[in-house]
Amino acid sequence: MLGLVWALMRVSGIRILTGLSAALINVIRGIPIIVLLFYIYFVMPDFGIALSALQAAIIGLGIAYSAYQAENFRAGIEAIDKGQIEAAQTIGMGWWLTMRRVVLPQAVRIILPPYGNIMIMMLKDSSQASTITVAELALQGKLIASSTFKNTSVFTLVALMYLTMSIPLILLVRHFENKANRK
Amino acid sequence: MIELNDVHKSFGKVEVLKGITASVAKSEVVCIIGPSGSGKSTILRCINGLESYDRGEISVEGARVDQGNRSIVAIRTQVSMVFQRFNLFPHRTALENVIEGPLYVKKEPREAAIARGRALLAQVGLADKAEVHPPKLSGGQQQRVAIARALAMQPKAILFDEPTSALDPELVGEVLSVMRKLADDGMTMVVVTHEMGFARDVADRVLFIDGGVIVEQGAAKSVLNQPQHPRTQDFLRRVLHPL
Ligand SMILES: Nc1ncnc2c1ncn2[C@@H]1O[C@H](COP(=O)(O)OP(=O)(O)OP(=O)(O)O)[C@@H](O)[C@H]1O
Ligand SMILES: [Mg+2]
Repeated sequence: MLGLVWALMRVSGIRILTGLSAALINVIRGIPIIVLLFYIYFVMPDFGIALSALQAAIIGLGIAYSAYQAENFRAGIEAIDKGQIEAAQTIGMGWWLTMRRVVLPQAVRIILPPYGNIMIMMLKDSSQASTITVAELALQGKLIASSTFKNTSVFTLVALMYLTMSIPLILLVRHFENKANRK
Repeated sequence: MIELNDVHKSFGKVEVLKGITASVAKSEVVCIIGPSGSGKSTILRCINGLESYDRGEISVEGARVDQGNRSIVAIRTQVSMVFQRFNLFPHRTALENVIEGPLYVKKEPREAAIARGRALLAQVGLADKAEVHPPKLSGGQQQRVAIARALAMQPKAILFDEPTSALDPELVGEVLSVMRKLADDGMTMVVVTHEMGFARDVADRVLFIDGGVIVEQGAAKSVLNQPQHPRTQDFLRRVLHPL
């Protein structure tokens, strides 16, 4: 569901929303799920939100996979013929009505198969999260809590490190995508 | 009823419309003819705000067409458009295509919308196809559904962008005859077309566009039978006698 929100923001044509969701999606995709989980579990308490390991796992996976689904949704939405949108506009439909009545019902057929695959991946990941990570998180939590670092700065640092490594990769992939599209 | 005053439009560096001034009166049928790439579609798309324009002014019944303004929705419900490639909604039946606008944009009661939708399908000769999805219809049938969909909005004018160009030759007639009936009923129509026979018989006026300007305009019969401008003469010769 969250993924749909991201995707709709992305195709809204409103520059701030488009940029914001594109940035969020890239950041989330750039961070390994483990780091995201750590981040939620250890850093959120610093902002007054304490979560159990299980809650952290559910929220973390939810956020991470919403970003993957967002890209899936966006691809599905953008695959719809422009003429469909124009036809909707010429009978007076606004942006939201066009999405709801014309674009999304058709996009669903394109989105559904990969949606299922991504969900299966998520299930696999979640079993990892529950058996290994949740326990690990709790263990690591104690270790880190006893160390002198502040949680926020440590995990922000880790996340940033991963990001700086993965952003060039994302850009590279996009470069090749553009090249392929031009052909 | 539709007024264009010195309308300019560029795509990037290419100026596609270079000062179009024209008007369409109520119940008038105006055909736009001209070579490929001359800007015919762009004019139609500017009139109902599918495309923005850079300079000049377009108005429909005194209301300025401004893509960025909310009023554009009101204008679009008054000026419908029929596309070359039909653009019917493939996931909805013919009837659902027709009643989509009345139900969801105009918020008409369902029974009334359905009754009128069926009447419109009957009007275009497709009463028996109401429950069929567009991909199962012929091109000519799809275009007639599209015309019924446009009519369902009870528009004050309809813009047609080469409505028969994507059709097999034997299906052109059924669409043109529906359009001719509309013209006879007093519908205001702007038709981009290569069907010179239709233009001659049905149009009140013809505009010949080339290179983003109106090269020649006038009563349909005089422009088509005695074109004054050499470019019009040349174009008509090529269209009417391709060999
Ligand atoms: N979205 C767009 N972006 C860039 N250029 C465009 C766009 N739409 C149209 N053009 C260009 O504008 C010019 C006029 O296009 P337009 O579609 O109005 O021509 P036309 O007279 O309808 O031609 P045709 O008979 O082929 O339909 C063309 O040169 C076309 O390449
Ligand atoms: Mg065109």
